[in-house]
Amino acid sequence: MTDVPFQPDRATERPRSQWAEVWAQFKTHRGALIGLAVFVALVLFVSVGPLVWTRSPTYINPNAAEMILSRNKPPSWQAPLGTDQLGRDMLARMMAGGQVSIAVGLVAMVISMVLGTLVGVLAGYFRRLDGPLMRLTDLFLALPLLPLLLVMVMLFRDPLARSLGPEGGTFLLIVTAIGVTSWMQAARIVRGEVLALKEREFVLAARSIGTPARRIILRHILPNIVSPIMVSATLGIASAIITESALSFLGLGFPPDFPTWGRLLFDGVEYIQQYPARVIWPGLAISLIVLSVNYIGDGLRDALDPRIRGR
Amino acid sequence: MFTYTLRRLLLAIPTLLVISLVIFLLVDLAPGSPASQIPLTVPAEVRMRILEAMGANEPIHVRYLLWLKQFFVVEPLVWVDATFGTAFSEGMQRILSWQSRSPVFDVIVERLPQTLTVVGMAYVVGVLIALPIGIYSAYRQYSWFDQIGTFVAMVGFSVPTFFTGLVLILVFAVNLGWFPSIYNTSLRVTDWESFVAQVRQMVLPVAVLALYNASQISRYMRASMLDNLNQDYVRTARAKGLRERVVVLKHVLRNSMIPVVTVIALGIPTIFGGAIITEQVFRVNGLGALLIGAIQASDLPMVQTLTFIFAVLIVIFNLIADVLYGLLDPRIRYD
Repeated sequence: MTDVPFQPDRATERPRSQWAEVWAQFKTHRGALIGLAVFVALVLFVSVGPLVWTRSPTYINPNAAEMILSRNKPPSWQAPLGTDQLGRDMLARMMAGGQVSIAVGLVAMVISMVLGTLVGVLAGYFRRLDGPLMRLTDLFLALPLLPLLLVMVMLFRDPLARSLGPEGGTFLLIVTAIGVTSWMQAARIVRGEVLALKEREFVLAARSIGTPARRIILRHILPNIVSPIMVSATLGIASAIITESALSFLGLGFPPDFPTWGRLLFDGVEYIQQYPARVIWPGLAISLIVLSVNYIGDGLRDALDPRIRGR
Repeated sequence: MFTYTLRRLLLAIPTLLVISLVIFLLVDLAPGSPASQIPLTVPAEVRMRILEAMGANEPIHVRYLLWLKQFFVVEPLVWVDATFGTAFSEGMQRILSWQSRSPVFDVIVERLPQTLTVVGMAYVVGVLIALPIGIYSAYRQYSWFDQIGTFVAMVGFSVPTFFTGLVLILVFAVNLGWFPSIYNTSLRVTDWESFVAQVRQMVLPVAVLALYNASQISRYMRASMLDNLNQDYVRTARAKGLRERVVVLKHVLRNSMIPVVTVIALGIPTIFGGAIITEQVFRVNGLGALLIGAIQASDLPMVQTLTFIFAVLIVIFNLIADVLYGLLDPRIRYD
């Protein structure tokens, strides 16, 4: 053993919490930092934007003559992104659409993470449930998901819209459909982690003093599998946003007066030759948010992995 | 290996049965049933007759079993008849589409070539681009080539195909006018001229899908190469004095291809089902367009059959990928 030279700065440095360490590692990933900045900018655009830019996204001039004059306007000071075929302000529609798109991504991600963690923890912790639950996961993985999503939306959209209103019904349907069809990867990852954790000494210690299974899972297992869940949650937001916009693009998403970025893109396709900007803006927004979220996920995966951290 | 394959094949049967039941129930029990599509002004008697003609008035288990029989017995027999000129399926009822009243499988066989040429070609092109890129960016890790390759892969992976497709249409079809924006399905290749037209209309959809496929496969290829480049046997090969080309392209590449081959096999089912969006963007009249049309027309037999075919393909290629993995990698023992 050689003498370790005394390092004053390291010795006096206050011990940092785990999350400070994670942030320190996250900061070194340039792509992830840019992704985070873009993501925050887009979230601010859709959440704070409407407070600044107060025009209604669904306002159509009731005067028919003025409405016709206000249609398909190029960008101007009144409407920085122009107006659409009914004279609605595109900037306001982009903000409103972004709110729904991001909300769909977040809620669908929460649903799929809750389902995935539940299935994964149950399968990993209780040996008796492992077989059936993993067969179920394999079954879901073998389903052709996009066709099934299309079928689900097509068949349940109208009845749900009738009972819960067109916005609430469609939102609930799409969010549930995406959540129910995207939990499988998370469940597999969580199961693997739980299987390994279950054999560790601290779990054995907890069990030997008579801790019930419920509390072992909540107090000892779950806090230790937060990192993989967070990474797959981030990537889940991206895929949920893409799926929602794909559904909207196929005309099986939200109604036109309740736009999302995907729906705006779908509406713009008809006018792509005359007004390409109407396709470019929503498409760019979808691409940017998915790209930024994917980069954040990449950075998080590195930052949360203690084997990489500090290098 | 043989017993493993046999066991997996046997296990695939209950899986497929459950999947078919799930698909059937989901489509059938949904509120948008065919009965609600008939206008209320139609008299009750006529309504009954319409439902009877569609076979929709039977109880659900009868219809499910009938559909299973048609899918697994009648349709293969029809295929045997068509190939060998026999008459086993004489008088048997085939799965009929509610839209066109023609057998579902005839329509599918009609649409299959379009999907296979465009989407299949895109997959082949994607793989051919992805492999060299993956190999080179792993070999020169963190070089500018690797950085750009990783970024392009991230973009290709993140930007949805409907947006890349529309951008390509805007640039190359609307502004430059090099390629047509709509795929003409009725074009027949008879001479050089029509061949050129066929190639020109295939360029844009193939480019979009190839970019998407290549970005995924190249990342797998790169990761797999990186795993192997640091192994001891690589150092041994270099120490023996083998040339770098032999070390990388023979020793490392062969071992790295094992997981990549299975990833490629797993992606093949998406050729048939996953390209729905691209087919919609470029108006390719393939299986995806058929599914969308059937969904919008509430053509339940068509939707059920198509979705189930996609599921069968996924299960089969999962099996093929697992068996391939065992065949290629002697370290994997299934028995």
